[in-house]
Formats: sequence, C-alpha cells, structure tokens
Amino acid sequence: MIIALWYAGSVWLNAQWVYDQAGRAGETVSFSQVVPRTMNQDRPVLPTPHQVFWELGKSTLGMAPSSKKSLIYHGWVTISATLLGFAIGTAFGILLAVGIIHNRAMDLSVMPWAIASQTIPILAIAPMIIVVLSSVGVQGLVPKSIISAFLSFFPVLVGMVKGLRSPDQMQLDLLATYNASRGQALWKLRLPSSMPYLFASLKVGIAASLVGAIVGEMPTGAVAGLGARLLSGSYYGQTVQIWAALFAAAIAAAGLVMIVGGVERVTLRRMGMAR
Amino acid sequence: MKDTIGLSGPIIEARGVNLVFETSDGPVQALKDVSLSVSKGEFVSFIGPSGCGKTTFLRAIAALETPTSGVLAVNGMGAEEARKSRAYGYVFQAAGLYPWRTIAGNVSLPLEIMGFSKAEQAARVERVLELVELKGFGRKFPWQLSGGMQQRASIARALAFDADILLMDEPFGALDEIVRDRLNEEVLRLWNRTGKTICFVTHSIPEAVYLSTKIVVMSPRPGRITDVIDSPLPRERPLDIRDSREFIEIAHRVREGLRAGHADA
Repeated sequence: MIIALWYAGSVWLNAQWVYDQAGRAGETVSFSQVVPRTMNQDRPVLPTPHQVFWELGKSTLGMAPSSKKSLIYHGWVTISATLLGFAIGTAFGILLAVGIIHNRAMDLSVMPWAIASQTIPILAIAPMIIVVLSSVGVQGLVPKSIISAFLSFFPVLVGMVKGLRSPDQMQLDLLATYNASRGQALWKLRLPSSMPYLFASLKVGIAASLVGAIVGEMPTGAVAGLGARLLSGSYYGQTVQIWAALFAAAIAAAGLVMIVGGVERVTLRRMGMAR
Repeated sequence: MKDTIGLSGPIIEARGVNLVFETSDGPVQALKDVSLSVSKGEFVSFIGPSGCGKTTFLRAIAALETPTSGVLAVNGMGAEEARKSRAYGYVFQAAGLYPWRTIAGNVSLPLEIMGFSKAEQAARVERVLELVELKGFGRKFPWQLSGGMQQRASIARALAFDADILLMDEPFGALDEIVRDRLNEEVLRLWNRTGKTICFVTHSIPEAVYLSTKIVVMSPRPGRITDVIDSPLPRERPLDIRDSREFIEIAHRVREGLRAGHADA
C-alpha cells in the first residue's frame, strides 16, 4: 500500500521534469509515455522505491565495507558516535536523577534547566560544540557523541527520577526499620525498582542518540557518517543517495531499539519483573 | 519520669502519648493520651475500628511516626534510638518482598544492611526459614509462592536479625480465613519458641483473643485506649480453645469495649 502510494508520488513529482525535457525537444508526450520516464531518472524529485532499495543494496552489500561509498562504513561511523553518546547521556541522566532524589536543592533546580536545554535547537548549538571542542583539541568521535548525549540524557533523566521514586512508602519504611543508610536504600531498593522505567527511557534515548549523532555530522563538514552522506547527497542533488541514507538511518534506529528491547526482556525476566 | 524507665522495667512503655497529624483539613488527633506498658515476652494485640490509631501507635513504637507529646520508651531508650539500634522487627500488612531477590535473598536483606558476614547470613536465613516452615523454599522467587507463604517469608525477614520485639501490623489482613488460622497457630508456636515480645495489630476479635496475653481495645476520633484486657488463657492454645467458655467471655468483653468506644465517640 505504502509502496503503491510511493510509486504514484514518484510519477506525479517527477513528471514535470519529463514534460520540461519533452518541451525543450519540441515533442509532445502522452501520459503513458511519461510514466516509464519517471521511473529511473538520475536526479528525481522523489526516487522510486526500486531505485532507493537498489542503491541501498549496492552501497551495503555491493562494495567492501571499508569503501568510502559504503553505507556500512558511514553507518558504523554514525553508530559508534551514537553508542558513545548514548553511554555518556545515560550515565549523565542517571547521575542527575540520583542527585535530584537525594538533594532538595537539585530537586528544585535541575529539572527546569534540563527542560530548557531540550528547547535549544540542536542544529544551532551543534556547530558551537564542535568549534569549542576542536579549539581545545578534541575532534572526531567525541564532539558528535556529546551532541548525541545532549539529546539522550533527557529521557533517561525523566524516567529515572520517576523510577527511583517508584518504591512505595511501605518499602521505604521497611528500610527505615533496619536503619538503612540512603546509599543502601538507593543500591538495594531504588535502583532495582527503577529498571522498568530505565529501559522505557533507554528506548527513547537510543533513538534520540542516533538523531543527535546524525545532526552532529551535518552542520560541521564531517566527511563520514550518515549525516555527511545526507549532506553530500543534497549538495550534488543525489536524491537517491539521500533516500538510501535515510533508510539506512531508520534501519539502524530500529536495530538499536530492538537490541535495547532484547536486553530489557532478558533483564526484567531475570529480575522477576516481566509483565 | 524518665529515670523510672530502665532495663529492668517494661520493654515498651508509653505515658500520655499524643500524636496530631497536620492535614489540609486542619489537625487530626490520631492518638490521645495513650498510656500502656508491655512487659518482656508478652503478646499484645491492638484492636479497634479503622481510624482508632492502632497502626499509628505501632508506627510510633517503631519510630516511623513521632509523637507530638508524651513519653515513649522502647527497650529502655527513646523510640528513635531503639529504631537505630534495631530493637525490633516489623511485619507490614503486605509481604513487600523484592521480586528480584529469592526468598533467601529477601530474608538476608536486613542482614546485608546490618553488615553480617556471608556465613552468618546463610546460617541465620537457614534458621529463620525453618522457624516459619519455609525450609527448602530459599531458592524460590516470591511469585512462585502463595500469599500466605510470602507473608511467612516476610516474618522470617523480620526475625532474621534477632530483635527482641516483633511488631506486626495486620500481617494476615489480606489472607483468607483458612490460611489465617494456620498462620495464627504458627505465630503462637513461634512466640513460644523464641520468647519474643510481640505487638500485633488486628481488626479481628477472634484473632486478638486467640493470640494475646493482653488485648488493647482502642476507639477512634480521637484514637485512644478504652480497655486493656489481660487474658487468662494458658500459653498453650490449640485452635479449639476458641470454643471454650473463657474464650467466648473475653471475646464478649472485647466486643463490649469496642461498642462502648463507639457510643461515646
């Protein structure tokens, strides 16, 4: 159904170019002559599905993964930045959440800042992060990861604050009767109880990380990565390449979310918390 | 007054305890002028309708609530100090076992927190699980056990660190009659074997009379003690003692006390 709509859209959007070409050559074309000529244009407005999937296939399976044209190469560049950013963002989100739970001043002050940080357009701040970090000699993977972490810490923070507060009063009273310290309460009760919340946040966070890594590659003149691929495609009017890179990004996102989902299932089942 | 509360005295002593909760509808007097003394080895039940402050009083003993005024001593010290010295085990209405720990893991939770050695933990877990007749269930997870067994595990958890006092807040309130009868027998046996002082909150008259050496009848608005009954029943109590004349007489007196509390409320 989607594929059929897509073909219809391709014909509709690419037809103009066919009419223009024909007009310049002084011919007139009927609709049935137009349709085949919209299918395999070099620079279509909207590439057809088979063009995109053929490009996707060619640039993944059709060449060595180390080639500069391979989407596996570019995908890996982006995913490695994503994973590092995700790790930083998750650690940062958890630390902030722990701070919020244990410190009244942080409870009152951190959340508004965290929300404000997410309203900053990432496209505006990404070049500045790159510039600032490169001026202190940090380049390559790390700046992209920082941008990625900037997007992914927020869902983790929100989820973990909720999760760490999820034990009910009775559970906290029980620990009070043991005269347990706050550290013990955190370690033995709050962190384990927050696991379902953490995983829900991680799924949002990993997708946000990928977006962050791609965005981090776009305004910065990066030469490798899915973002760089999108950008060079748009420079040279390579719409097929753009769409192939978009699909690669979507597939990567789906894969990453599935991995988190798998870890979640195994962990929660082993913890006896599976629903 | 405080100097009379020594180690040789009662294990729990309350004198003129008042407790007022500040709510958005104004202050609520949860406990009014409550005085009570509990000797070592007694089994005391607190009975009354909801809102009579029986749970609040138990929580005050456990230092989970702080009295607004009055003196409350546990084990010869203030309630808060007693909590810090881990003078009591507390059993809540729900078992509240951690789903991510095995039964043995749950029972050793307080032992880990209190810093017992691994070997000591294992030995104690073994011993208390046997005491509550859950021997062999240590490796099971809570969801694999019935509600009654879970509550027994939570009793084992409260016993694990060998506090002299056991505070139980309607521990069998959520269980059915048949399971409750069995657990009542078990608690009595446990009390006989360990010699602990038990404070037990309930709203069941037969449960209170069957278990207790002392029954404290409370009434609401404001929460206060209306009657304290010392039970003449022997320590050994088979279930069918509940058909005896003494049992029915005490139950009758408890019922009268509850009704009187209602009349002048």
